[in-house]
Parts: sequence; structure tokens; C-alpha cells
Amino acid sequence: MFSDPDLLKFVFGRLTLEAIPYHEPILVATFLAVAIGGIALVGLITYYRFWGTLWRDWLTSVDHKKIGIMYVILALVMLLRGFADAIMMRLQQAMAFGGAEGYLPPHHYDQIFTAHGVIMIFFMAMPFVTGLMNFVVPLQIGARDVSFPFLNNFSFWMTTAGAIIIMMSLFVGEFARTGWLAYPPLSGADYSPGVGVDYYIWGLQVAGIGTTLSGINLIATIVKMRAPGMTMMKMPVFTWTSLCTNVLIVATFPVLTATLALLSLDRYVGTNFFTNDLGGNPMMYVNLIWIWGHPEVYILVLPAFGIFSEVVATFCGKRLFGYASMVYATVVITILSYIVWLHHFFTMGSGASVNAFFGITTMIISIPTGAKMFNWLFTMYRGRIRYEVPMLWTVGFMVTFVIGGMTGVLLAVPPADFVLHNSLFLIAHFHNVIIGGVVFGLMAGVVYWFPKAFGFRLDPFWGKMSFWFWLIGFYFAFMPLYVLGLMGVTRRVSQFDDPSLQIWFVIAAFGAFLIALGILSMLIQLVVSFIKREELRDRTGDPWDARTLEWSTSSPPPDYNFAFTPVVHDQDSWWDMKKRGHSRPLGGFKPIHMPKNTGTGVILGAASVVFAFAMVWYMWWLAGLSFLAMVAIAIGHTFNYDRDFYIPAEVVVETEGKRTEMLASEV
Amino acid sequence: MPAFLKFTRRLAVLPPLLLLAGCDMVVMAPSGDIAAQQRDLIVISTILMLLIIVPVIFLTLLFAWRYRRSNMDATYDPEWHHSTALEVVIWSAPLAIIIALGAVTWISTHKLDPYRPLDRLDIARSIPADTKPLTVEVVALDWKWLFFYPDQGIATVNELAAPVDVPIDFKITASSVMNSFYIPALAGQIYAMPGMQTRLHAVINRPGEYEGFSANYSGDGFSHMRFKFHGVDQQDFDAWVARVKSQGTALNRDAYLKLEKPSAREPVRYFATAEAGLYEAILNMCATPGKMCMHEMMHIDAMGGAGKESAENRERLEYDSRHATGEEAPAATIQAAGAPARSEEQPQGTNEPMQHDMPGMGGHEGHSMPGMHEGGDPAPAQLRN
Repeated sequence: MFSDPDLLKFVFGRLTLEAIPYHEPILVATFLAVAIGGIALVGLITYYRFWGTLWRDWLTSVDHKKIGIMYVILALVMLLRGFADAIMMRLQQAMAFGGAEGYLPPHHYDQIFTAHGVIMIFFMAMPFVTGLMNFVVPLQIGARDVSFPFLNNFSFWMTTAGAIIIMMSLFVGEFARTGWLAYPPLSGADYSPGVGVDYYIWGLQVAGIGTTLSGINLIATIVKMRAPGMTMMKMPVFTWTSLCTNVLIVATFPVLTATLALLSLDRYVGTNFFTNDLGGNPMMYVNLIWIWGHPEVYILVLPAFGIFSEVVATFCGKRLFGYASMVYATVVITILSYIVWLHHFFTMGSGASVNAFFGITTMIISIPTGAKMFNWLFTMYRGRIRYEVPMLWTVGFMVTFVIGGMTGVLLAVPPADFVLHNSLFLIAHFHNVIIGGVVFGLMAGVVYWFPKAFGFRLDPFWGKMSFWFWLIGFYFAFMPLYVLGLMGVTRRVSQFDDPSLQIWFVIAAFGAFLIALGILSMLIQLVVSFIKREELRDRTGDPWDARTLEWSTSSPPPDYNFAFTPVVHDQDSWWDMKKRGHSRPLGGFKPIHMPKNTGTGVILGAASVVFAFAMVWYMWWLAGLSFLAMVAIAIGHTFNYDRDFYIPAEVVVETEGKRTEMLASEV
Repeated sequence: MPAFLKFTRRLAVLPPLLLLAGCDMVVMAPSGDIAAQQRDLIVISTILMLLIIVPVIFLTLLFAWRYRRSNMDATYDPEWHHSTALEVVIWSAPLAIIIALGAVTWISTHKLDPYRPLDRLDIARSIPADTKPLTVEVVALDWKWLFFYPDQGIATVNELAAPVDVPIDFKITASSVMNSFYIPALAGQIYAMPGMQTRLHAVINRPGEYEGFSANYSGDGFSHMRFKFHGVDQQDFDAWVARVKSQGTALNRDAYLKLEKPSAREPVRYFATAEAGLYEAILNMCATPGKMCMHEMMHIDAMGGAGKESAENRERLEYDSRHATGEEAPAATIQAAGAPARSEEQPQGTNEPMQHDMPGMGGHEGHSMPGMHEGGDPAPAQLRN
């Protein structure tokens, strides 16, 4: 039966045993490590009989807090993968000099830099940002969950499905060798005939659905579910930046989806949108992808700005300076981010007036960004700054980010861009803003909100170790790239001739090693904090003496977040409540209406993985089947009327009673 | 402005150069006037921005230190959160810088537009009236560079030469995917894209041997898609042209189609003659016999397009398929097969016999190459004119 090639081809499409990279030692070792880790994890879960809890309380959960935490876990796992790629690139570039070819042949190296970019943006930074927004926003606005709790669960599983699809390419087939934005014609069927670009397309398409839906969900949540009294201009700044970010997501991710859909039509059915053939136009793809791509940068960095705003106000013990101008700056950045996309390809031959227009609009973005910087600065002025770990990240950010901002404005000057475009100077610039801005912000956010999520603070010693390794490692890793860029070294090169460059690459590799220690410190920090959790326990729910509503409830918050919906009178509503001698209500609790968990999201996510895998390998029968299954499950889910329940008043009384005891024991 | 430029150059370039002594920052010390102006722009913009960046970093560190919790001498004013005067300053200070920088940008972008012919040789000299610019037609191939010198009638692979102080007019295109044509010592880069032509005007002011390369990733052989650019004086340039003519072979369409096949680390090659119209054909993607030129298609479209009969043109408009193999997924298992990205045929690309096999496909078994069948067909009448 299996000797019939037609049947084999029907069943497995273009998947053959040859697609398993068992002759690549690096991949075999990786696979073994992942397999051993996976078996150990499964063993541990089984040993502690955790499967039931895992399914009931986590995988099927519609609780925004748990979904937020799962997003962040996904992001941390993908950070490790993306960082492994980074280390491999740094080693290759530090080794491959003067005839030495290094240890990565081009076809492998090209997959690595593509995977690094895709994973870090789509599967590290995006889930990280979405996770924090998911966890924090409903708490900050005094809501009990997001507007559409099931949709939230579904979004998370689609994002995870995308990540799984990308990870599968490591062990079955290959990943794209096109760069993270997969410019055609290179990414077209004729120049990239393998499965790599298809993995890329389907991974992003599936995750993109999740991202778009979660954007819709959070906009609805912020617009409709704010506590009474919280007008728009009384919203916490993080909520504001989340709102703007999600507006950007909803407006731009459909562009990405459409662009990738056109590319997949080119690849699958032979249309000619972006080919050289038959009047296709690759420039169109470049325009479209950056119309999504530039706002994407702000999708990532705006929430980070929001985190810094919360952190700086809290740890300076002072109201945020210039709240209104902060909000306007955010909104201006949101709007301007749509009219700058062409600065990613000044060098593709646009006219001088077009280039100058997009260059100047880009520079204009630095004005509201600069205003924000000054606002944080003047929040520190006449404050009383506590150097807890989140504040360290903030100061590290302020110093680092302005350097990245400066090189960014430099790149926005078209004639300067002609000499710097695609060089390592550019690489240094965007890592400077993404690490110095987004990653530092996310790290600050994790340390800041961790006690809210888990009820104990993170160990400050290892937090500080992590911070200093990251900060110093960043400068070692990326300042040499600025120099190399000025020496005329371009990106995505895997072998070099000029030996005078090597020392800079070695320094950069050392920097990457320091960052690795930073990541390791963070992991140690998680373990140490878990062991010392009683010592680090947060009994008050407000460990930092903070200002916004999430700190008014217990740590971790009860399922229903707030027994009574808070009423807001001022910007920093919790600070305002504390100042006015707010007393926690102790009686009169009522049953609370909550959404019910459902497994539909997980099942749909799993079906998407199967569908994408089948599409990648041309197993048309399986693709059809899994697609039908998805439609059927989705329709079936609409008939599920058993989707809500009431937390009985007695349970609320009991939970709140425990909190009262805990608060009393603290004083 | 020039005096200011000189001043700023000394002020800003020297310290980093001293600091980084021993490393060749070609972008900051180029040898061509366009690149030099682009360098000046980097310096001016950086200084303008440092006007605001330095105080911000300084204030950040100062406030971070002064208002630390243990410093009880510092004023603590937890409710202070607004100052109209300060707001005006923090919005208008960056605004002022950006207005200045925006003006610089507008002017310099127009002045340094790569499509604009030069108006000077360098800061001190204008272009003598009798100077005739050197025209070079650049084609980015997988993964090497082909340079046509239409006035000299020669062509080269992976070697470019130009006389110093003579404006060069580059016309740039590519055969298959996007690349970027970049000689840091000479001028900023511009993309090389299939079916499109970009322009670059530049001049080299100092003799020397400079690095040129592709600055946009284009596939497997990208890392070694490099060439040497020789800035030489007029006599040496004439000698170089004579050498190319004496050592080179002829570049006709057949030779081009062989050359065009993907290959990496190509040695320098000289062509004493280049077939007339070959660059135009490459630009219009019709170097392969039987393909319809882009300009022809555009003409048809401009005339209102053809009707149903345009379906006949379909195969003649499939340019990419010349790289395809007809197999479904040759590179799916790259790790297993060790096949390159572009084409299974690539190892054979340099084989002489393959070209001869083409017309009848007789001695060539195993692979069907739909795109190549045209190779043997006589070109339709309208292409021959």
C-alpha cells in the first residue's frame, strides 16, 4: 500500500521523510533538548496530577488574568527560542572571517535571521504586550473581565497556534530564508519554492487572527466597561496607551492579513500580484507590508510607554507630570504612525519630494515622543524615588531610548538613510528602541505587576542582576553594530573578508553573552522568588504604594476582581481613595455574574495548527477536513447557551472575609 | 554654510575618529562628493539632535540621583503635576529642533536626490563645461554584478572602474529579485529591482580601490555578492577599458543567459563587446528569447489593452519561471538534499552542454522545464524589430 507513490503523495502531500533534518547535528541536538524538556514537563504534570487543573483552570479559562499570564508565558518561551537564534547569529558573525565559513552554511543562517525577526516581533513582543494589557487593563478600569471573554481565550489560542506552527518548521522541513518581512519576488513561488515561506505565511495568518480579535476585544473593553466616574481623561495612562495600541492593531493587522493572503495566492494558485510575471508588482508588497509594519512598531512601544508612566509615578510617589499632554502625545503618535511607512524604503527610488515628506513626518513623531520623555523626567523632579527594580528599568530606558530615538531621526533624513539603510547601523537602531524601549518596558511591567498576579513580589537581588546584565549587555552588543554600520557593513551577511571588522563582532557577541546572563538571572529570579514566596508575600494587595485601581483589590485578585465596582473621582483613583480614607466595604455582597470556561478555543487553535500544517505540505484532504471541522466547531459553539454562571454571595463573603483577615494581620 | 560645515566636521568627526582609531569608518570618511555630503548631513543632524539629547540624558541622571529617596534634602512635592510654562518648553524645544532638521531634510533630499544630475565635483569645484558623464548600466544578477559601459561598448562582471572627477550616471536594474547597489565610499545606495530602473548620480574624487556590494539580502549567495570599485585617473581608465577590450569575450544574449543563472563567488569577467540593446532587454525582462518585453506590454495596456487574444501572450509574460524547475518543491528539504534555494538546476547552470540541449530537450532527461521550452522557438515577429 505504501509503495504506491500516488497514494503517498495524496496522503502526505509534499511531506517526505527527507523533510526531517536528522542529518543536521544542531537541529538534532535542539530536538533532543526540546524532547527531553517536554517529557520532563509532561512527567511533572502527571506526577503532581496537574492535568485536570491545567485543563479546567488554565487552558479553557476565560479569565482575563489567567489568559494574560498564559500570554506572558508564551512570550517568555518564545524569547528563549528567539534569543537562541540571536546567539547563533552572533557566534557565526564573530567566527566567519577571512575564508573561515563559520559553522552555519548560508541556507541555515538565512533561516535563523528570518526566524529571529519573526519570532521576536510576532511571538515574543506581541504576546508579551497583549498579555500585560489583558491582565492589567480590566483591573485598571475596575472591570470584572474583558467584553468578550470567550473571544479572548480564542485569541490566545490562535496566537499560540501560530507560534506552534513556526516552531514546527524547526523539525519538519525548513523556515523561510527571506528576511522577516519576506519581500517578493524572493518570497514568491519561483525563488522560494520550499515550505519555508508557507510556514511563515500560515504562522502569521493564524496568529494574526488572534491579534486582531484581541484588539477588538480590548477596545470594546476600554470603551464600554470602565468603572463609573472614569471618564476618558481619568483613565490610567497604561489604559490609554493600550487603547491606542489596540486601535492600531485593529486598523493595521487586516492589512497584514490581506497582504499575506495575496502572497499566498501568488504561491498557491499562481496569481501574479507580486511576481515579476504578467505585470505583477513587488513594490506593492513592500508598500503594503510597511503600512502594517510601521504602526506595528508603535503597537509594541506604546504599551511600554504606558508601563513606564505607571512605574515612574508610583516609584516617585508623585502624580504623573502632564497627564493631558501625555495622552495627547499618545494619540498624536497613533495617528502619525500611519503616514511614515515609506521611510523603510527611501532607497527604492521614490522622488525627492515623496522621500522628504515621509522623512519629515517621521521626525514629527519625535516631538510627542520627546514630550513624553520630558513628562517622565519632570515626574521624577521633586519626587521621592524608590529604586525598586521596575524603576531601574525605567531609568535605564530613559537613557537608552533617547539614543535610539536620535539614531532613528537620523535614519529619517533620506540622504543619510541612503548610506545607513540596511546597514548594521539600522540593526543597532531598531534593537536600541525595541530592547531599550519595548523589552525594558515589558521587564519593568513584569516585575511591577507580578505581585498582583501571583501574590508575592519577585526577588529584588536577582531582578537587579537581570537589569544590570541586560543594560550593560545591550550596550556591548549593539554599540559595536553602530560602528560597523558606519564602516559600511550591511545586514544579513554570514561571512566576511575584512579582518578588521572581527573585533567589533566579537565585542557584540560578548554583549549577547551578557544578555544571556540577564535572561538567566530572570529565570533564577522566578525560581528564587517562588521558593521565598512566603517572605515576599504581598498581603495588602498594594505592595508598591501605587496609584491605580488594580492595586485596590487583593493580590492575586479574586476571580471577580472587585466585589463592588469601584467609583472613580480622580485620575489616580486608588491614590485618591487612599488619600480620602477609603474604607473597604465589608458587607452587602451579592452573587456575581461571570462567564463560564470553555474548551472551544483550545480545540479551534489545535484545528488551526492541523489546517496550517496541511496547507504547508499540500495535504489537501487534511486541510479541507480541518477547515470544515473549524467551521463546524465554531457554529456548534454558538449553540452553547451554558456560558455563564453566578458566583454565590456566600463565596464572595468568604473570599472577602479572608482578605479582611489578611489585611488585619498585616497591620 | 560651507564654513559651518568645515567647522562641524572638525568638531564632530574628529573625536569619534580618534576614539575609533584604526578602524576604517568609510561612511564617515568617504572619497566621493555625494557620500561626503551625506556624511556632512549625518554630522549636522546628529549635532542638532544632541542639543536636546544631551540635556535630557544629563537631567535624567541628575534627577535620578538628586530625588532618590534617601536624599531628604531634596524637595518633595507629590501633587505637583502641571506647569503651563514647562509644557510649552517641552513641546516647543523638540519642535524647534525638528523645524530646523525638517528644513535641512527638505533641502538636502532634493539636492542629493540620486536621480538628479550633479552640479559640482566637490565642495570647491564645479563641473567643467566640456565634461561628459560616464554612463554605467548596472544589473544585479544572482549573485554577482554585471556592468555595461554603453559608451565604451564593454561590460564587466564584479569589477567597476571610473575616472576620478568625472560624474557617473548609473542606471540600475536587476534580473530576478531585489538587491541594493551600494559603494559606501562613493555614494548612498539605491535598490536594484527587476523590471524597474533606478538611477544614481555620483562622482569619485580620490583614486583608490573601494568596496561595493549588495545591501539588500537576495538569497543564498548574498554574502559574497561583492565587487571592487576602482577610482582611477583618466589615463588609467582608458588603459583599463583597453584591457577589458583585449582580454574580454563577447557578451551576447546566449552568454548573458548563461551568466544570469544563479552562482556565487563569481570571479571578475571582462566582455570586450556587449550586444546592442541587451541592457534594455534585461530591464524589460525579455533577454530570454520568446519573452515579451515589459515596455511592449505596457504599450498594449496603454492602448487600451488587448482582448481575449491577449491570452496568447500569457506564457511570454512569465519571467520568473525561467528559474523554476517544474518540480513542486525542490527546496522543501534543503537540509536533506543540500539543494540551493533558487533552482535544482543551479549546479548545472555553468555546464556548457545544457545550453545546447535546450532546443530539442533531447538529451536532457528527468526534468521538464516548461519555461524553457520557448528557448527553441523562433521569436514572434513583433519581437524581432
